[in-house]
Amino acid sequence: MAAEKIPTPTLPINGEGDNPLPRGRGRLGGGAVDDLDETDRRIINALQGGFPVCERPFQQAAETLGLDEQTLIERIEHLLAQKVLSRFGPLYNADRMGGRNVLAAMAVPEDRYEAVAEAVNALPEIAHNYRREHALNMWFVAASDSDATLEAAFRRIEQETGLPVYRFPKEREFFVELKLTV
Amino acid sequence: MNAPESGLILDAVDRQIIRATQAGLPLVPQPYHAVAAQLGLAAGEVMARIERMQAAGIIRRIGLVPNHYALGYSANGMTVWDVADDRAEAMGEQVGRLAFVSHCYLRPRHLPAWPYNLFAMVHGRSRQEVAGKVAVIAALLGDACHGHDVLYSSRILKKTGLRLTD
Repeated sequence: MAAEKIPTPTLPINGEGDNPLPRGRGRLGGGAVDDLDETDRRIINALQGGFPVCERPFQQAAETLGLDEQTLIERIEHLLAQKVLSRFGPLYNADRMGGRNVLAAMAVPEDRYEAVAEAVNALPEIAHNYRREHALNMWFVAASDSDATLEAAFRRIEQETGLPVYRFPKEREFFVELKLTV
Repeated sequence: MNAPESGLILDAVDRQIIRATQAGLPLVPQPYHAVAAQLGLAAGEVMARIERMQAAGIIRRIGLVPNHYALGYSANGMTVWDVADDRAEAMGEQVGRLAFVSHCYLRPRHLPAWPYNLFAMVHGRSRQEVAGKVAVIAALLGDACHGHDVLYSSRILKKTGLRLTD
């Protein structure tokens, strides 16, 4: 959808940028993008969607990339192991399953940050969690096919941490899609 | 459970398939057959149900999900805007059309702490790049906007995506 919106940035220089993430959990080894060869790049640019549903989907996808089936499988395995990819497979949309994604945020005291992150992340409903630089310094998305499950997860976080969870359910969605090019 | 937007009611078998594939497809030559074998289903049925879920929008897409950071998009800015209520809908449409905005939503304010109602995600390879894009949004919103902020992410604490738990 909305293919005209896809940005086509050029390849970044190794490790540059003014926002180095702190090392530790969630931090990637530097220069991951520099380790990608031409074949990796073609795979990443071509396979962010459209993976076929058929008997031999890797073979079919490989043919359009001029690769053989086993090479494509091994490349994807490697990119996952390197954490260049976070996942390979169907991307499910909770909204369309009768449930919702709800964004929420908390103002977590620094000395409790790790413990609160653990408590939040332990809940399976929490799909993403990011530290952000603001008084509200923890932002997470809870996803479920049931509103009641989401609300129970938020209440449990409030009970376990004693901190208020600010809910930011979307009232209107204008656009969702991002395709990265390397 | 709410009425699904898609009009497709998922049954127990669909949900088994979702649970078996939400963390990823098996990396084998016949991944749908592998899922079918694991669930005791026919491969044809698994593929038909996946295609049905795809047509209904329950599956957004099938493919690889890149890690922004590993691809050099290290500046991840959640830009938030306090936009006059009577103009928020129209302005949101316009901001959402900008090529560099990947997600754009209206969300509730939490006054007095949080006056912002329009959220737009902007990714870039540097904060400087993101700041340039923020200036474009600010110019577009003009006097409809009473204030804004940019919240950069400094750490991924979790990123797993949807997980069905039952």
